[in-house]
Amino acid sequence: MTVGPSGTTRTTTGVADGQWHRLHPASPLLRGGLALIAILGFVIANLRERLVEVFIPVFAPDLGGEFDERFGRWQGDWAGDPIGGIVTNGLVGWALAGVAVVILGIIFGFWLSWRMHTFRITDEAVEVRSGIVFRSHRSARLDRIQGINVARPLFARLFGAAKLDVSVAGQSGNVQLSYLASALADGLRADILRLASGARAAKAGAAPAGESATALGEPVQGETDASSPTPQHQSAAAAGRVSELVNRRVGEFLAPELDPDLAPPESVVHIPLGRVIGSTALGGAVIWLIVLAAVLAVGVATRTWWMLFSFIPALIGLASYSWSRITQSLRYSIAGTPDGVRIGHGLLSTANQTLPPGRVHAVEATQWVLWRPFGWWSVRINIAGHSLSANRESVQRTIVLPVGTADDVRRVLELLLPGAAPALGEALDAGLGGRGADGGFEPAPRRAAWLHPFAWRRIGWLERDGIAAIRRGVLVRGLVLVPLARLQSVAVQRGPLRRMLRLSSLRLHTVTGPVTATLPVIDEASATAAFDAVAREAVERAALDTSHHWGAADG
Amino acid sequence: MPELSEPQGAPTHVDADWRRVSPKYIVVEVVGSIIGSGIVIAAMLVAYFLGAQQWALWVAIAVAVIAVVTIALEPRRVRSIAYRLRDDDLVFRRGIMFQRQVAVPYGRMQLVDITRGPVARALGLADLKFVTAAAATAVTVPGLPAEEADRLRDELVALAETRRAGL
Repeated sequence: MTVGPSGTTRTTTGVADGQWHRLHPASPLLRGGLALIAILGFVIANLRERLVEVFIPVFAPDLGGEFDERFGRWQGDWAGDPIGGIVTNGLVGWALAGVAVVILGIIFGFWLSWRMHTFRITDEAVEVRSGIVFRSHRSARLDRIQGINVARPLFARLFGAAKLDVSVAGQSGNVQLSYLASALADGLRADILRLASGARAAKAGAAPAGESATALGEPVQGETDASSPTPQHQSAAAAGRVSELVNRRVGEFLAPELDPDLAPPESVVHIPLGRVIGSTALGGAVIWLIVLAAVLAVGVATRTWWMLFSFIPALIGLASYSWSRITQSLRYSIAGTPDGVRIGHGLLSTANQTLPPGRVHAVEATQWVLWRPFGWWSVRINIAGHSLSANRESVQRTIVLPVGTADDVRRVLELLLPGAAPALGEALDAGLGGRGADGGFEPAPRRAAWLHPFAWRRIGWLERDGIAAIRRGVLVRGLVLVPLARLQSVAVQRGPLRRMLRLSSLRLHTVTGPVTATLPVIDEASATAAFDAVAREAVERAALDTSHHWGAADG
Repeated sequence: MPELSEPQGAPTHVDADWRRVSPKYIVVEVVGSIIGSGIVIAAMLVAYFLGAQQWALWVAIAVAVIAVVTIALEPRRVRSIAYRLRDDDLVFRRGIMFQRQVAVPYGRMQLVDITRGPVARALGLADLKFVTAAAATAVTVPGLPAEEADRLRDELVALAETRRAGL
């Protein structure tokens, strides 16, 4: 607990002080915004006939008679058309009053939920209390934090708000602070990670910077709201504040996604736009496009026109998939910051996640056959707490490099598993592109070709300096790296076929994620040796591993 | 502290050799396969006699043959199940056709679970299940005498506590 020049602030934002604070005032609207729009859409969709009836006589007077014939008989029918019923029974005033009551109720509910939604950050945990009738109190222990994500959906960005998501180990164990002022979210992310790192005392140099961050941190100022402006400046400064606000919003919108001061530029990996588009065009989508084109050609040739229409949804799906992949990879950056690895992306809706050191359980670099001429790779990881759910957001978070060159892969690896790339040395290149005994890999014996006729030359195993490497795949080349310090358990398996061929398969169990560290075939004797070595090494490395309190040494 | 940890510290059989599960576990497995295949055979016989379905008889015969072979091999399968408590991890293996051997470090055990089916309970047996942060670990030592399962659980929980590592 150092007392900096600014007084009692321990941390850069001054919010991480163990007191209860409120969220951004617009947060209920931002959170409920989508639901409101959905309800509005539902109502409009149900009143579509009425709207058609209203507008048809205006735009197409000739059709009027026909439409009156079709819709006129609904006028007195409550079930078929409540608006017709209201108008004909003279209840317009009551209906408007009812609508007003509902709107007031919604506003009051929003205000109340904002009042009741508070959070605090202590030395032990991040806690959130919320709910009006059913209160909930979630807390995330700082030493269990697996990552912090800051997301700025387009709608929230217009308000200068951001969502902070603290993910902890366990299923659906996330603690969300939605929404916070944009600058405050970034400051809190750094503060929470600094507290979690075990570096108890904030660095003295950080305090002056804290002044500006606190000024930006909008009304979330403890039990006393700073949202009520001081009366004497109110009228004079109003116009100035509006333009200042607009300027700041525009500035936030145009600012680079990654703050250039945050990370040394040599550790940053970017993806050029051409590569994003090229890799998407040569991705799995291209096969579907060829299949679709073939089907369409058959449809045209045989003059079965209905076939063309049935494939329009598939085309739309393909286009939207490709578009979302491109927009999510745009402005992508991965950089090493003092608090951990920061991965950011997005053009209109932006998001970034920070992984504290020592949270990565497995890394896999994969290369699809069409990417091979260009030397492109993508990198995925396993982290605790990111379940294998179909949730697109959590799937997105496990992809740390959508597409990059082998050189990018090496830099990303250096960020994710510091020391792994130098330890592996030339074995890393051999793992990415090599085959056989290149780079010290233990290759699968020739008899493995019975089980893996194409991939057997590529399949290989290497364990060096606490990193286990599994090389496999021909059509989709893959290199899996598992830090043994975070290995959960190891298994060796053999079925009747493998026993006949004196082979085994080896599986390293890590936390659930997109990467499965399975070595499909290996010589029986080598498997036993590898099993013993890995089991021993896992225990030793785990005992030495202190990365979960990465800042304790210098703090 | 020394007085407390002395009697229960230094677990009695850490790094003994491979330990097998109780031979009585054969009964549990045999009863299980008799019930399982019995239901299928009964359903097929009903279909054959009441529904006059010729194929049902063949299915019933096939299921019966498979059940007999499985039951005949059951003693060997149960004898193949073994576990070993080493200094820092538990090694578990099972299977004759499909062999599997898993090593779980004590520090990685998130919880140790005891479950008992009706037949196992009648024979005084229990299953010990280990849960780590990886779903794929899937290690269950079946057919342990109930009091040994209890003792092993306490011992493993104590070991896990002393070797506790982060995730």
